[in-house]
Formats: sequence, C-alpha cells, structure tokens
Amino acid sequence: MSAPAMGTSKTAHSDSSNKKKKGPGTLATAYLVIYNVVMTAGWLVIAVGLVRAYLARGSYHGLYYSIEKPLKFFQTGALLEILHCAVGIVPSSVVLTGFQVMSRVFLTWAVTHSVREVQSEDSVLLFVVAWTVTEIIRYSFYTFSLLNHLPYLIKWARYTFFIVLYPMGVAGELLTIYAALPYVQKTGLYSITLPNKYNFSFDYHTFLILVMVSYIPLFPQLYFHMMRQRKKVLGHVEEYSKVE
Amino acid sequence: MPVVFFEVEILDAKTKDKLCFLDKVGNIFTFIFTLYPQWYPARQSIRLDPKGKSLKDEDVLQHLPVGTTATFYFRDLGAQISWVTVFLTEYAGPLLIYLMFYFRVPFIYAPKYDFTTSKHWVVHLACMCHSFHYVKRLLETLFVHRFSHGTMPLRNIFKNCTYYWGFAAWMAYYINHPLYTPPIYGEQQIRLALIVFLFCQIGNFSIHIALRNLRPPGSKTRKIPYPTKNPFTWIFLLVSCPNYTYELGSWLGFTLMTQCLPVAAFTLVGFIQMTVWAKGKHRSYLKEFRDYPTLRSPILPFIL
Repeated sequence: MSAPAMGTSKTAHSDSSNKKKKGPGTLATAYLVIYNVVMTAGWLVIAVGLVRAYLARGSYHGLYYSIEKPLKFFQTGALLEILHCAVGIVPSSVVLTGFQVMSRVFLTWAVTHSVREVQSEDSVLLFVVAWTVTEIIRYSFYTFSLLNHLPYLIKWARYTFFIVLYPMGVAGELLTIYAALPYVQKTGLYSITLPNKYNFSFDYHTFLILVMVSYIPLFPQLYFHMMRQRKKVLGHVEEYSKVE
Repeated sequence: MPVVFFEVEILDAKTKDKLCFLDKVGNIFTFIFTLYPQWYPARQSIRLDPKGKSLKDEDVLQHLPVGTTATFYFRDLGAQISWVTVFLTEYAGPLLIYLMFYFRVPFIYAPKYDFTTSKHWVVHLACMCHSFHYVKRLLETLFVHRFSHGTMPLRNIFKNCTYYWGFAAWMAYYINHPLYTPPIYGEQQIRLALIVFLFCQIGNFSIHIALRNLRPPGSKTRKIPYPTKNPFTWIFLLVSCPNYTYELGSWLGFTLMTQCLPVAAFTLVGFIQMTVWAKGKHRSYLKEFRDYPTLRSPILPFIL
C-alpha cells in the first residue's frame, strides 16, 4: 500500500525543518504514469474477463481459467514496484513493498499455478476478485496522484474498499493454501528429503502451514495500519460534517 | 574582549581540595543522571542539534561550537545492554545448542537415535571445530577485545541471539543427523577444509591481537592498523578489515568440511553483513586519516 510522493494526502504544514521532498524527476514520473496506466488497464482486462466468463457460463465455478494468463502476467509485473523503490523513484520501503509483492507472486505461482487441483476451488475466485478490485483502484489512485489530479472518489475508494476486500482476499488466500495441503503432502511437491549430498531438507507442506500461521500476526498489523491511514487521509471530512 | 569559560571547579571551602570539575560532556551526563535516575549515562544522548550527532563523553565543553549560552538536546536511547553481555550470550548459545544436536539429545531426531553418536569421523571433527570457534570468541570477548562503545540498545540482544542461535540449530541439525552424507571427495576435501579453517582461525586471532595492541587500555584513540611481525597480519597491506576476511575464510572452510547447504547459507549471510561493516569501517578510516594506504580494500583484496 504505497503512495508516491506527489499527491499524497500529507497535511501541508509549513515546515520549519528543511526537508527537501525528493520526488521522481520528469522522466521517472512519465515512466511511472505509463506503468500505472498499463497496470490499471491490465487489471481491468482481468475484471472484464471474469464478468464475461461468468455471463457465458452462468456459474462462478472455474472462472480462474478464463483469466489465468493476464493474472499471472500483471501480478508478476508488479515485481517492478520493488525496483521502483530500490531505485528511489517511489518513496516506499523496499522491504515492505517486496514483502507484499512477493506474497502475491507466491500465491499466484507457488500455490495456485503449482497445485492444479486447487484451481477450480471457489476460494481462488474469492482472492482473485479481491485483488482485481483492489488493484484497479490502487493503480488508478497512483496514476491520478502522479498527474496531480486525484478525484476524491478514487481516494475515498482506495481507503474504504479495503475494509471488505482485505479480509476477503485473506480468506481466499488462506482457504486456497489449505486446499493445496493434501496434494502437496501426497506428491512431495517442492520438497527435498534426506539423505542427499547437500545435507539439506525442505518440507513444502510444513512450509505452507507456517505461511498460513504467519497471517495471524501480519494481517491485523497491515489491516490496522490501513485503518490509521484512512483516518489520517479521510479524517478531515468527518470534521467538516461535525462543524455543520 | 570578553573571555568565556566553560569550566566549573568546585573546591572544598576549608581544605581547597578539588571536589569536582565540570569541563567535559561526561559531567553533564552525570548531572542529568542525578536529576533523572532512570536515565543512566549509557542511555543518554546529548547533541547540539536535535537531529545532530551525539556528543561523546570525553568531549571538552570549552571546545564546543557555542556562544555564551549553550543549548543541548537530550534523547533517551532506550534500555541499554553492555556489548560484553551481548557477545557472551550470543556466542554461548551456538556452543551449547550445537552440542545438544551432536549428542543427539531426545526430541530432535527419531527416538532410536537418542544419545547415539554419528558414525562419520568428519562429524566429530566438525563439532570440535565449531566448538573451538565459539570458545575462541568467548575468550576473545573476555580478554582480548577493547570496545569503543560500552553499550548497545537492549532489543539488539534478541535480534542477534535469534540470528546466531537459529543458524546454529539449523546447521547442527543436519551435520549431526543420522542421515548425514559426508563430503564427496572424502578425506582430501576434509583435510583441505581443516587446513583452511585452522589457518583462518589463527589469522582472525592474530588480527584481534593486533587491533587490541593499537589501543592502550582505557583509551579510545583510533589509529591505522599496520602489519606486524606476525605474518598473519601482513594482510593489512591489502585489506582494512582482515578480521572479517579471515572469518569468511573460516566459514568457507567449515562449509567445505561439512558439505552442508545451511552452512553455506550462514557463510553467505555472514559475508554480506561483514562486507557492509567492512565498507563502513573502510570509509571512516578514509575520512579520518589523510594518509590512509590506498592499496587497501575493505574486505577482499582488490575485489571488495
């Protein structure tokens, strides 16, 4: 959940500290606008694909297959955002962004793609829909922010939709990982057993369980962080209505 | 021209004996401590600018760039713990943890292996090397190292111990495992690895002694380290932080000896961290000493 330097909703106090806001240069801004527009378009394609497939089939079942390729392409493309932070054209933490993107990429490739049997699960649809709506809003938020023309509706959507989408996505992700467990255990997917000449072992089944457990401390932290951001960003609206 | 003094002398009225002196920043630490006993001197940071660098204990007040009044900014550094305590804790852990795996204490491996010993002699050798390494570190902490800062933030001990203890357990689990596979090239590989390991242990120790001798007891002066009569220190010609170079070498030796991927991972992570430290140290040497030898690299001769 990173916002570029420009158009952020930091309340503009006249700073006594000489903090020079090192935003991206014009070339970098142009690149970022293109990147965010492309990503917005990409996730719109996925959204349209989902709707069309649903209308054509008449059921929620197996919609993953209709958007599998663009999902993989655009979700993996988000890895570039780590680079943006590392290079400095986006003022977010590399570690935080890396963590968020990697967890998405992990779910896309190491779980959903790798364990064929879960692809027809409804839980996949749950997180795909959550991701799609979230990303369309997020990337259009960045696009408009970079152009310094952020419609309040987009800002509001970004800091409000997550209230439902975040838990929805987490539920979909957890249920999908859970559904994958028996198949991973049966086939020994991505696992290495002893003895071997590298004297190393890895049990993917146990690893997936640990991943699920890690949601317990992580999800509340991220969720409440967004809640605090929401109060900060949208807070002044409530103050106005109180005055009236 | 008005002369400004930053020196306060308190004498006994009767005997004229000097009771105390206020001329260094350290005196201010003591003063604040008496007013605010929860802030012992080690956790105080005083600077001339709220975001500036902390002043040091021994800085002389008179030499500070202030006018007739001086304003200092205080910051609480949080609970502190001494370096010695941290080092002893973080090194004692791996020593004991590895031995637990070596002796196959119950609940680690299958019950039929409890308290058995490995049939591979390299496993016994590895245990000796690993234990020697950490005993050496403990003894160096107690008798060799001279620390410039007394303390570090308390939370560091949890971070550091997780790292050292976690990796030690991970490595030890595989090396001492009943299904451990000895090195492919057998005795040749193990012998070479042992030579590298011992060579680098002696080297690392030599550097620690050389660094200690640079600094007389109780002083905090910094000098450029140079090669001494000990051939193991001649590496100072090419490298700023040869202690890290030798440390890397030791762990490469241990990796070769055990042919264990987790050991390789530990070596890699350690190497990355030591490179960061070496670069920092190298930079501060360059900044502090005009005549710093130009041939030296931070950690790897000519490379890094």
